[in-house]
Amino acid sequence: MANMSTSYLGKPTSRVDGRAKVTGAAKYAAEHNVSGLAYGFVVTSAIAKGRILRIHTTDALSVPGMLDVFTHDHRPKLAASAEKYGDEVAPPGSPFRPLYDDRIRFSGQPVALVVAEELETARFAASLIRVDYEQQQHVTDFEAHHGRARVVSENGESQSHKRGNAAKAFSQAPVRIEVEYRIPVEHHNPMEMFGATAVWEDDDRITVYNKTQGPQNCRNYVANVFGMAQDAVRILSPYVGGGFGSGLRPQYELPLAVLAARALRRSVQVALTRQQMFTIGYRAANIQSLALAAERDGKLASFRHQWVGMTSQFENFQRNYVTWSSLLYKCDNVELVQKLVKLDQNTPCDMRAPGGAEGLFAIECATDELAYAAGLDPLTLRLSNYSDKDQIEDKPYSSKELRECYRQGAEKFGWSKRNPQPRSMKDGNELVGWGMATGIWEAMQMKASAKAVLTANGSVEISSATADIGPGTYTMMTQLAADMLGVPIEHVTAKLGDSALPDAPVEGGSFTTSSVGCAIQAACREVQKELLRLAQRIPRSPLAGAKLEDVTLAEDGIRHKSKNVEVSLADAMRAGNIDRIEKEASAEPNEKSKYSHYTHSAVFAEIKVDEQIGVVRVTRIVNAVAAGRILNPKLAASQILGAVVGGIGMALHEETLTDNRFGRFMTHNLADYHVPVNADVHAIDVIFVNEKDDEINPLGVKGVGEIGIVGTAAAIANAVYHATGKRVRDLPITIDKLLRP
Amino acid sequence: MNNFEFSRASDVADAVRQMAADPGAKFVAGGTNLIDLIKEGVARPSRLIDITRLPLGRLDETGDGGLRIGALVPNSDLAYHPQIEKRYPLLHSAILAGASPQLRNMATTGGNLLQRTRCFYFYDTTTPCNKREPGSGCSAIDGLNRMHAILGTSEHCIATHPSDMCVALAALDARVLATGRDGERSIAFADFHRLPGDTPQFDTNLKKDEIITAIELPPKGFATNYSYLKIRDRLSYAFALVAVAAALEIENGAIKEARLALGGVAHKPWRDRQAESQLHGAPAIRESFVRAADNVLRDARSFGHNDFKIELARRAIVRTLTQAANGTPQSQGDKRIR
Ligand SMILES: Cc1cc2nc3c(=O)[nH]c(=O)nc-3n(C[C@H](O)[C@H](O)[C@H](O)COP(=O)(O)OP(=O)(O)OC[C@H]3O[C@@H](n4cnc5c(N)ncnc54)[C@H](O)[C@@H]3O)c2cc1C
Ligand code: SF4
Repeated sequence: MANMSTSYLGKPTSRVDGRAKVTGAAKYAAEHNVSGLAYGFVVTSAIAKGRILRIHTTDALSVPGMLDVFTHDHRPKLAASAEKYGDEVAPPGSPFRPLYDDRIRFSGQPVALVVAEELETARFAASLIRVDYEQQQHVTDFEAHHGRARVVSENGESQSHKRGNAAKAFSQAPVRIEVEYRIPVEHHNPMEMFGATAVWEDDDRITVYNKTQGPQNCRNYVANVFGMAQDAVRILSPYVGGGFGSGLRPQYELPLAVLAARALRRSVQVALTRQQMFTIGYRAANIQSLALAAERDGKLASFRHQWVGMTSQFENFQRNYVTWSSLLYKCDNVELVQKLVKLDQNTPCDMRAPGGAEGLFAIECATDELAYAAGLDPLTLRLSNYSDKDQIEDKPYSSKELRECYRQGAEKFGWSKRNPQPRSMKDGNELVGWGMATGIWEAMQMKASAKAVLTANGSVEISSATADIGPGTYTMMTQLAADMLGVPIEHVTAKLGDSALPDAPVEGGSFTTSSVGCAIQAACREVQKELLRLAQRIPRSPLAGAKLEDVTLAEDGIRHKSKNVEVSLADAMRAGNIDRIEKEASAEPNEKSKYSHYTHSAVFAEIKVDEQIGVVRVTRIVNAVAAGRILNPKLAASQILGAVVGGIGMALHEETLTDNRFGRFMTHNLADYHVPVNADVHAIDVIFVNEKDDEINPLGVKGVGEIGIVGTAAAIANAVYHATGKRVRDLPITIDKLLRP
Repeated sequence: MNNFEFSRASDVADAVRQMAADPGAKFVAGGTNLIDLIKEGVARPSRLIDITRLPLGRLDETGDGGLRIGALVPNSDLAYHPQIEKRYPLLHSAILAGASPQLRNMATTGGNLLQRTRCFYFYDTTTPCNKREPGSGCSAIDGLNRMHAILGTSEHCIATHPSDMCVALAALDARVLATGRDGERSIAFADFHRLPGDTPQFDTNLKKDEIITAIELPPKGFATNYSYLKIRDRLSYAFALVAVAAALEIENGAIKEARLALGGVAHKPWRDRQAESQLHGAPAIRESFVRAADNVLRDARSFGHNDFKIELARRAIVRTLTQAANGTPQSQGDKRIR
């Protein structure tokens, strides 16, 4: 059994949950109806900073069918210490405590939960709530206040880095650029709004259907906030309508639903509206300044990159924005800095490839600018600075087929036919632009557990407390178990999205397949061992003396690879007087690895622009990805496609506008907050280059959930430059910016 | 969201009667705009009068060879009606430039005329807005006004009318038929929507008790030389930054008649008779179009974020007139600008 049979792995298997999703059989958090369910509607603050003086609830409470209005001064007991509101992925600081006190920390903060027998009643009554505030001067203007930013290093998370003498090398090099890039606030907007259906059992127990990327993260949060035992709280999230990072941390609908259920001693459902989806975390606005210098041959002499981002007054959210260049490009003189400015806003949160998507936009546009300054092809410049070493950690890579990404991507795209001269390529009345960029993302693994159950009749159940926010985790689990245990895929049931299942981390960071997948592999391995042990207990067992490597599992039993003998599942189990084998196992990363682990990509974009009017069309994208072993090319490609669409949105559409007079996000619906629609998305070619990585984890996988967005916006922006000769350095690249003289 | 009564109108007279009886009532047709506004707390009707069962879903020829479009004809049906595709392709094109197929299936002809502005502040009840709350102030003038008007604005409101269909109807000289307590009347399209002035709470001149029953199109459809060009922040499903409807009648290279209407630039679909008459008799060439564009925008005024709209409108006018003159109208399917 050493060589895993591969009847499913590596094959383009369709989603096992696809049918449930398209037929509506899959139920989402706020679709669960339980008996006696009451409905909560959230009232949010109209101001960005101050105190609540009074909340007038009389009118609301007088509406027939109303149950109660919960506020900071009318609610059951909540944990006082901010620590209790922390979670697995919380940034350093003091987490927001919903309905805790009278302080307003950001516009859109929940200030009341109106609960009624019917949703309509709650929503109507919510419109009758009046809140008196004592308003204080807020600061939300990132552009005006970014100068106040400072380096924040907590938990060793400053991400600043220095090598050599970047300033000196810069001043002495012949080719230099100094540029500044901007990315605005963006919101995730998964299809499914956050929702929680809290099923009240008794004072000490609760079960909640919740939209989350981490059921156990939410379980621990509820237990801590309400002072309950961990095993008295159960969070169920079998189906999640998208997350993109917004569901990594518990959102406020969860504690509000639980709070109301406990106070009313009945089940309560709370779902956010689309507008309220703009009151939770977001991708932080940022300004990135880069100064790059090179020799005439394009060899990097100096690389300086400063990132300034925004965070809330109460938590310091930051990710790796600036270190990526030291993973991609050889350079001896480097200065990388990250700074944060605190604003009266909610805390930002992870949004697809957090840190990478933002950092690589600036790095890869600046690299393109440097190539033009040096008079070199952008791809040539990248290849001549190619780094085989992680210069931050001073480690080699476990695998890095980025050269192959460049080669295959360029070939598929036809890069060699590119005329480097800006404004040189035309198609009718449109200018054509070809741009490229590099993508890189961490290939992480977290500790995770899984349980495998094999029954005598050959059916398998595989489970882990992870989530499936869309990438196809159910399918991955099913494929793996089917292969490991030699059963047809239809005989496997995968279970996830339940905090009571074996421990798993949040689904995020593109680490689910490596983490949970390896745990499944380990659990199945235990089942295999047990089965062989039992098979060998049969009197005169044909498998006597066989080792695990000598046998293979098939639908009908356990078979010797070289001798034509086998023991049926039923016989083996009978030998142990059992009808099922149940094994739980966990897997964790090799902390002592001497290698750095990253996923890479090369993105090539073609755009066409009607220069007179400023309308840009992204007509073609080729994204070549090196992500280790690809377990399911169909679902993996679908991850890249979706992420590329996200990259198109980042490049051309997405922006949450703030009115700083009100300290408030003003584009809070999907008519005003633009994401790409079908008309904006044309040919997208996904290539997975062969990448073998035996070191990274037993499965050899890296994860594909995020890499597709990294570099995409830069490739598009670079293509816009190639087409028009204009550098738009502030996203999104909209018509007004292209019309700028 | 407020509490409201719901009733159904049995016929047009009943609809008018019910409306007259309840000053806080609203008609609901497709509901694609009104229900959103109710959910956001912007509209707070005391009663919704469902008019969807009224016999206003027909499309008939009028005595003079024009068409009468019932107020309840869905936007999709209208766009794809063979008479519209053949005789009024400008209207066909403008409708398809708006919203999404799903919305167009629900949206009605009457409702489209009365859809309200998409100004962010109008939609957010925590902010001042004269249109929503007369006298509270206009947040957009010194605020986020990228989508806002450049023509016909007032110090009280700089919102735009968001409809695409109405831009074509304005260009085609349609008429609006309405019935109220005082009987039926026919309103010229140009007089239907209004400029904000100091009463921006009123989008149109329709009276409170009036129901739109139909739109009438005159016989002339400009089916040869026309184009509808909509410029927006993504290639479909976004409101216009600038939209232009152009219709020309050309004889021997000279313009015999010109119609030019703009969307996304004013509180109403913008027609400029002076610019049009300047085109009459002029050669159908770029210079004439540039002059017309300059003329339309002579009094344009912007507010910061929307400064680019003046130049964008200028270019869009020239481009659309060129498309119309060349007989190469903008396709709403292929997003490349012709
Ligand atoms: C996300 C989104 C995007 C959109 N994009 C576009 C776009 O790009 N271009 C565009 O043009 N439109 C767009 N629309 C708007 C859409 O066209 C309108 O919502 C629709 O036309 C309204 O028609 P309805 O029948 O649904 O009106 P309703 O919502 O039912 O009513 C609108 C108003 O008209 C009144 N009313 C309706 N019928 C009558 C009548 N016969 N007599 C008197 N009063 C009446 C109602 O009382 C209400 O005040 C978009 C809408 C949405 C939600
Ligand atoms: S432009 Fe008009 S709709 Fe917008 S805030 Fe001003 S008054 Fe209100």
